[in-house]
Amino acid sequence: MTIHQLSIFIENRSGTLIKVLDALKEANIQIIASTIADTAEYGIYRLICSEPLRACEELKNANVAVALSGVFAIEIDDQPGRAAEAVKAFSEAGISITYMYSFLLRGKGILIFRTDDNEKAAAVIRDNHLKSIDENDLSALA
Amino acid sequence: MRDSTNLNTKTEMIWNPNKECMSRDEMSELQGKRLRKIVEYVYHNVPFYRNKLQEMDIRPDDIQTIEDIRNLPFTTKKDLRDNYPFGLQAAPQSEIIRVHASSGTTGNPTIVGYTRKDIGVWSECMARCLTAYGVTREDIFSVAYGYGLFTGGLGAHYGVEHLGASVIPAGTGNTEKHLKLIRDLGITGIACTPSYALYLAETMDKLGIRKEDIKLRIGAFGAEPWTENMRKEIEERLGLKGYNIYGLSEVMGPSVSYECQMQHGSHINEDHFFPEIINPTTLEPLPNGQTGELVFTTLTKEGMPVLRYRTRDLCSLLPGTCDCGRTNVRMGRIEGRSDDMLIIRGINVFPSQVESVVLSMPEFAPRYMLIVDRVNNLDTLQVQVEIRQEFFTGVFDTPAAVDQLEKKLAAKLKSVLSISAKVQLKAPNTIERSQGKSAHVIDKRKL
Repeated sequence: MTIHQLSIFIENRSGTLIKVLDALKEANIQIIASTIADTAEYGIYRLICSEPLRACEELKNANVAVALSGVFAIEIDDQPGRAAEAVKAFSEAGISITYMYSFLLRGKGILIFRTDDNEKAAAVIRDNHLKSIDENDLSALA
Repeated sequence: MRDSTNLNTKTEMIWNPNKECMSRDEMSELQGKRLRKIVEYVYHNVPFYRNKLQEMDIRPDDIQTIEDIRNLPFTTKKDLRDNYPFGLQAAPQSEIIRVHASSGTTGNPTIVGYTRKDIGVWSECMARCLTAYGVTREDIFSVAYGYGLFTGGLGAHYGVEHLGASVIPAGTGNTEKHLKLIRDLGITGIACTPSYALYLAETMDKLGIRKEDIKLRIGAFGAEPWTENMRKEIEERLGLKGYNIYGLSEVMGPSVSYECQMQHGSHINEDHFFPEIINPTTLEPLPNGQTGELVFTTLTKEGMPVLRYRTRDLCSLLPGTCDCGRTNVRMGRIEGRSDDMLIIRGINVFPSQVESVVLSMPEFAPRYMLIVDRVNNLDTLQVQVEIRQEFFTGVFDTPAAVDQLEKKLAAKLKSVLSISAKVQLKAPNTIERSQGKSAHVIDKRKL
């Protein structure tokens, strides 16, 4: 039920981010959403993109420290309170959300998150009729 | 200037005028006599030296005067390492009463055993240093070098006791408590690294202790390179006079040489440690005044004597009677190293030690960079390493996971180097591939 997220190690200095973005541009990869978890010396650049497996290979060829992680993508209505409802379902099931970010796509809210228990999280999504979306849906929307 | 009162004070500041103010002829004779004895001693007690001498076709009888030292083989740090742990020890274990260890270029430290007589000589040499600085039995003297395997703490400690001043075995760390004692006990002297002295000054500022509140008057600073500017700053901020002390564990420990009131070079205890300056490339002795590699032969040591030990420290020798009255030769400031050893917070660090740790962890590429700096007067070491592409897996999607990897390396480095290093992870192929060893190091300290 998870989708591929690229996690990229980026040092905090000028020129490191553009190296990654240039490599993606060269490979004609479309970025759908991205966020950086930053520390004083480096950042983990997380991104959702078209053709993540090919994107990962292209970045490796460009000598970028990149890895694939499995994350959930949930579509919610663009209304106040919807994110709270979604997260509450996981919280009540005792699932920890390691990190989360969100964006709007064609008027819909998309929550991207990783959990400490993917199996349990998948069950919560099914039981609560949350709308999980896969990579094809995302690419189609983008 | 040199009126009689002044001269008197000066003589009072010499612990052993018989040895420190010997005529040059007498000194050479004594050194020659002791050299003959030590060569005979190692020939019969250290297979390493016997083999070397035999290879060179030298018999102990061939050594007659101190001039003959030029025919003897050199000893290097590598020899000590190759003969780890006790291969160069000359005295039987039953005669060894103490063992110190200093860091080696790779895993093995250098082990140095001392007999009771060695500890006595060391204490004597140390008392000479302290007396030259002006320390007397009236002083309360704090030893703030590390106690333990490092020779600084116990070496200075025994010297203070031998002289008869009151020793405060403060050690390093717990600086606030130490400062409280310095103030409340009226401590008058201190032995520590120059950077620790500056750290003390910083801490005083933080605690609101003024130099007028303390009675420190003498500082014995060594174990790491320092400059005249640091001396001025330490003297100004702590309200004391700072003196250089030099030594290395392979030869003895601190007290191999010391500054007097003239502060024009450091007097070598040359009745025990015979100095030479050589060209580090040709190994030929250099004339006095020229800068080269400092080499020591221990003339009286029983535990682990060394013949022509190459210190890798670069300096020059200044002969001639000093205005203080001492005749023993002085060495100038250490101007550099003929190898890539770094002294960080008084600890010897070799880039190859870092290399061995980095190579032991498959997560990192075999490339690294050491960045040494001095921040708020304390040496800092940063080690940059590259994460390997194939080890950067999905678990590294949070900074916490990356931090954990950094901590793992930092802990390994700490156990090998004995000092903390800050690890900085770099992306693959971002550290320049270096040719020479020194290209692994950026030393930003202005020394």
